[in-house]
Amino acid sequence: MKAMNEATVAFLSRSANESFARTTAACFAAQLDPTLEEVNDIKTAVSEAVTNCIVHAYPDSLGLIQMRLRLFEDHTLEIQIKDKGVGIPDVEQARKPMYTTGGEERSGMGFTIMESFMDLLKVRSTPEKGTTVTMRRRISRRMGGAG
Amino acid sequence: MAVLCKAKDRTLYAAIDGEVDHHRARQIMGELVRQIDTTMPRQLTVDLGGVTFMDSSGIAILLRASRRMGELEGAMEVIHVPEQAGKVLRAAGLDRLIKFE
Repeated sequence: MKAMNEATVAFLSRSANESFARTTAACFAAQLDPTLEEVNDIKTAVSEAVTNCIVHAYPDSLGLIQMRLRLFEDHTLEIQIKDKGVGIPDVEQARKPMYTTGGEERSGMGFTIMESFMDLLKVRSTPEKGTTVTMRRRISRRMGGAG
Repeated sequence: MAVLCKAKDRTLYAAIDGEVDHHRARQIMGELVRQIDTTMPRQLTVDLGGVTFMDSSGIAILLRASRRMGELEGAMEVIHVPEQAGKVLRAAGLDRLIKFE
């Protein structure tokens, strides 16, 4: 399926960029006239994915995070968040609720939230090469909405 | 200040506002636990009325506060939970562990 529109941003793995990333994704999604709940779900899922890059992919250094946003004709938003960090040795384990290798300020619920707030979540990771998280969410069509 | 606190008669009221994400989590958690340890409350009320965004960092903060209150044999409740934050907390099953208004 061909994307109707697409945007890519790259930013450093600084925690201040968590809000930049989720706000950027929400602004891009605005073209589909999402509901407030849909916008909030997208922002939450992006925040989780980007936080994972900052905390886990680049634990002792700063690295680049790339976020690609694509809109498809069937009103689906695809968000791909990619890092070139340390990778996840066991993706299946990492996706389990309450599993974390982060500090006490992490809950281990990031992937669970991405899964429950989006329609699709794919995680591809290669140790020492990096991780790519792809999420999709179909935005409801509303009367009089953009499309 | 990350958390606005008022303590009276071993009751601690803590209001968190703004965006609760990993960027602010350490500061909010540190301040909240410091206030609990200073006032040793029997009752902790966490007011999320001013929270404009919360991700799973908020779950970790509330679980940490809940564990500390458990160690002190105190009670904890969370009030004025905004819709977005409530959805995150429910997705994590926190409504089964902590009392929500």
